[in-house]
Amino acid sequence: MPRLLLPLLTLTIAALAAMVLSVSYGSVPVPVADILAVLQGQGSELQRTLIMDLRLPRTLSAFATGGLLAVAGALMQVLLRNPLADPYVLGLSGGAAVGALTMMLLGLGGLFISSAAFAGALLATLLVFGLAHGMGSWTPSRLLLTGVVVAAGWGALITLMLALAPAQRLPGMLYWLMGDLSYARTPAPALLVLLLTCLLVIPLGRSLNVLARGPMQAAALGVSVQPLEWTVYVMASLLTAVAVTTAGSIGFVGLVVPHMLRLVLGNDQRLILPACALAGGTLLVLADTLARTLIAPEQLPVGVITALLGVPTFLYLLSRSR
Amino acid sequence: MAGLILQQLVIDVPGRASGTPLDIHVQPGQVWGVLGPNGAGKTTLLHTMAGLRPARSGQVVLADQPLAGWRRKALAKQLGLVFQERQDGFPATVLETVLIGRHPYLSPWQMETAQDLTVAREALQALDVAHLEERLVSTLSGGERQRVAIATLLTQAPAIWLADEPTNHLDLHHQVAVMQLLTQQAAAGRAIFMCLHDLNLAARWCDHILLLYPNGDACWGPAARMLVPAALERLYDQPLVTVEVEGAPFFVPRK
Repeated sequence: MPRLLLPLLTLTIAALAAMVLSVSYGSVPVPVADILAVLQGQGSELQRTLIMDLRLPRTLSAFATGGLLAVAGALMQVLLRNPLADPYVLGLSGGAAVGALTMMLLGLGGLFISSAAFAGALLATLLVFGLAHGMGSWTPSRLLLTGVVVAAGWGALITLMLALAPAQRLPGMLYWLMGDLSYARTPAPALLVLLLTCLLVIPLGRSLNVLARGPMQAAALGVSVQPLEWTVYVMASLLTAVAVTTAGSIGFVGLVVPHMLRLVLGNDQRLILPACALAGGTLLVLADTLARTLIAPEQLPVGVITALLGVPTFLYLLSRSR
Repeated sequence: MAGLILQQLVIDVPGRASGTPLDIHVQPGQVWGVLGPNGAGKTTLLHTMAGLRPARSGQVVLADQPLAGWRRKALAKQLGLVFQERQDGFPATVLETVLIGRHPYLSPWQMETAQDLTVAREALQALDVAHLEERLVSTLSGGERQRVAIATLLTQAPAIWLADEPTNHLDLHHQVAVMQLLTQQAAAGRAIFMCLHDLNLAARWCDHILLLYPNGDACWGPAARMLVPAALERLYDQPLVTVEVEGAPFFVPRK
């Protein structure tokens, strides 16, 4: 047990520290003491608005989105037994983007964009799974190939929409495509999904460890392979859909966070999955803090920051791994 | 009724006639060897017997219940399989790999107990890979991996052992060690059923033999009755010289 608890405790502390940093840092800095006061219902009116209505929801949204993407990535990698799989590889974000951009082209905002993105992501999931199923049973490589090709199709549609879009709508569309947390005001649904997922994946963890050794071996060791694979697929898709709906498509978190953790912590899914939730969340909170402060008052797309932070860290860990 | 029973079993090898349906009772204490040339369906047979592949017709029965009626988790406590081909997937240490043999015994929320760890370590000891405990499986040699795979099955501790070429990649000493381990397991009341390529290992260690021909024909029975040069020459389409060593036949291919 301590083998699992120590890393998770460390990551929890890191996550809390990142969140405090993110809430206190910005155009108007708020000292940590004031944050605590506001959380207890005290503090000035201005600070209350700043923290409770603006920064805290955004920070929590960033945490939830990052956590969801990292867990979804880890699940996809086990399901496809391919270390290069990420939540977007099966064309999920493409479907979501086409949905969201359509609404933007029509001039609709807010809830329309979110629901269209969610519907698009689920449509993409069903499309890929239906096509990959085809005539016979699906194999990881077939699912992966179908996903990649469908994603390329979505990519063409997205380019077409960008080419046709009127100039004044382009910045919003581009920001959505690169990931944008500035409209993420309601972290509750994403946080709730993340929490439920963590509770659900812990009992699934050991079965996933066995599944990582291939479906035949897993079946011989008592895993009901098909129901498990379905559960994982549906779960990873839902997590990605919720994340994309919250913050647009943010690349890299789902691919890199699980790998970084595997390099350091090994491959026990019971540890890796909750650790992904914490570390993915922390990464995105930090990235979003940088995105909104580096060239303030302008904001950078958070997807650029995740990549800029993630690439060197990942390469460093990879070069010194066994 | 104990053991594994094949009833009128025809394995599904695509594009092949059904051949001889198998009616075999693999009983506790027996060591079965399956011999046949490449592509005869040995691996397919093992997978079918483990319920991992549908049969073309007939069925496999364990404790009065066809395999299809078993829950996989309950089945994994009764029946285990050493695969010929293994996927590494993600890097894992030798100990982690062997410990997954305890999977069928643990509830979803349960962590491996100290006792599970002891079982796994004893298995590593028995297969002479205890010193590799912390190594990544991907860094081992073929023979060491093979022994780790057998140690995993020993950790799983089923009543019926299916093994697909368990002596693959092993040096001479470890081939003998593994065959001894398997016969000891049989003596302890387990049923062993394995595919082999080495006629002489089969002749020395197996008490029952199943010959699988590429066209789907099959014959089986006590080893002494099955291991006759004429049948084996037809099986492999290879002339043999037979000598007797320590009371067992020894087969050498004719040049």
